[in-house]
Amino acid sequence: MTGRFPLPGPGRIAWAALAILFFCLPLMGLPPNRVGLLNHIGLYAVLALSLNVILGQAGMFHMGHAAFFAVGAYATAILNTVCGWSILATLPVAGAAAGLFAALVAAPIIHLRGDYLLLVTIGIVEIVRIFLINDPFGLTGGANGLINIARPVILGFKITRPPHFFYLIWGFAAVSMLLFHWLENSRFGRALNFIREDTVAAEGVGVDTARYKLMAFVIGAVWAGFAGTLYASYMRTISPGSFSFWESVVLFMIVILGGSGNQKGVLAGAFLVVGLPEVFRFLKDSRLMFFGAALVLMMIFRPQGLFPPRRRTYAPPPEAS
Amino acid sequence: MEFFIQQLTNGLAVGGIYALIALGYTMVYGVLKLINFAHGDLFTLGAYLGFTSLVSLGLADQLGVGAALALCVLLVMGLSALAGHVLERAAYRPLRKSGRLSAVVSALGASIFIQNAIMLLWGARDRAYPADLLPPMTVSIAGQPVPLIRLVVFAVSLLVMVGLYVFINRTRMGMAIRAAAIDQGAAKLMGIDVRRVVAVVFMIGPALGGLAGIMVGLSYGQINFTMGQLYGLKAFTAAILGGIGNIPGAMLGGLLLGLVEAFGAAYVSVAWKDALAFFVLILILVVRPTGLLPERVAEKL
Repeated sequence: MTGRFPLPGPGRIAWAALAILFFCLPLMGLPPNRVGLLNHIGLYAVLALSLNVILGQAGMFHMGHAAFFAVGAYATAILNTVCGWSILATLPVAGAAAGLFAALVAAPIIHLRGDYLLLVTIGIVEIVRIFLINDPFGLTGGANGLINIARPVILGFKITRPPHFFYLIWGFAAVSMLLFHWLENSRFGRALNFIREDTVAAEGVGVDTARYKLMAFVIGAVWAGFAGTLYASYMRTISPGSFSFWESVVLFMIVILGGSGNQKGVLAGAFLVVGLPEVFRFLKDSRLMFFGAALVLMMIFRPQGLFPPRRRTYAPPPEAS
Repeated sequence: MEFFIQQLTNGLAVGGIYALIALGYTMVYGVLKLINFAHGDLFTLGAYLGFTSLVSLGLADQLGVGAALALCVLLVMGLSALAGHVLERAAYRPLRKSGRLSAVVSALGASIFIQNAIMLLWGARDRAYPADLLPPMTVSIAGQPVPLIRLVVFAVSLLVMVGLYVFINRTRMGMAIRAAAIDQGAAKLMGIDVRRVVAVVFMIGPALGGLAGIMVGLSYGQINFTMGQLYGLKAFTAAILGGIGNIPGAMLGGLLLGLVEAFGAAYVSVAWKDALAFFVLILILVVRPTGLLPERVAEKL
């Protein structure tokens, strides 16, 4: 790379053109149900990007991301329907609630080895779901969930229709990608990659692995909480069924299938995992069977994911004379 | 006391079923370090194959109950083993050299595939095992009538477990499995056909899972194409609780989980039953990060 601001190569220009084209889609007369599908993909993309910090960057087998998503969505729903807060005002609280929850539950389990962590995070998402159904504090509305969540109002503009949400959700996804890209290349991101590649070596050179791992969990959870706010105000109704173990599995598959640790890949993964069952709709009842087979085949032919992360190299620091 | 005996026997029966499924997870994990997410669905497949042989083929009418059940068990275990073998060849063998997480996603894809294939073949509605197959016999324990089926389920699972333990510890194949679990590379150098070991493990596990499927059908009467998810998750929990890769550990974890659920549902709350298993899991792992009976394998650096 030459200079601080290198001229964009043809690859980058192509990607930028694709992104611009994508953002124009709702204006070009895409039917509302198609825009709705893109919105769902966008929500999954935001969630998967946040999971990518934990699973892709730090390499922790986390299969319970729906738990943090649920905390954010319910925080927004309760503050909005019970306390009458505006949706936008609930956003930071939803993120903070999910982050705090993650800090509390992840702290005692952060040292667990790969597969043990995987099962414990599944356990957490199941406990959260059962908690929401049993509703011990009378806040979550039990199995039926919460209804009549308000629409977000931004600068006096009320967001109601799918194309409006398209720009809200995908705008948020774009901002997330930028921030996570910056995070990835920061000292923090490099520490996470070090932990993923070799925890013992990282510990050996003085990286406080427990603290970094916990921070990765909290950052991912905060972002999942934000996604919860978007989801709650988009759907207007939330119920425990939307935050099951299976949702966590879907997010996990998006990250691994796309190329764990690579944002471009995660985005492509979201399109495939959420979009493919829709593409297979013509197969009727057997569509999920074919989807399962497609997942196996994709892993066999691209075991590293669609876009495996590139190995990053760093120039040594200039020697002090 | 009455209540206690009922919950104890119930917990032991459910625990035995969890333990049987857990063995499949733990054996595969021991050799391949792979979580076979499709294992729960092979268990469901076993339950449905049992349903077909008992109901659709009407074995009981032609052979009598005893012979029919024996044939059904043999048939189901054989076919489940075959399904496990095909699964390994199709979804896991091509990924042996890739990262562990790609194998996990492949396993999840296989799980979706098997679950939906079962739905297409047998329909989405619940299916019922014949209710009049086994006479509703009870045995008296401490003056309490306990359904015989619970004791049979527990006894069969215990028997299978002991048999497997002997097989692993006393036969050449068992020794090969243990060697491959400790160090695949070294096992290969010693002339062990690791591929064959993997194939055998992928047949024994599903065969035991299929057996567990029949036992669930016989003791609860109803089976459903999605039931493998919850049973699989619980059994995997049992395997991790006991220390994954360890065969007595799977037994211990399964029984512990069955008892915790039975007594938890009875004395704490039915609504929290499913959460209780995971609470126990988290508590135990916080104190013992590698389960109750961890395999003594040095951490690879």
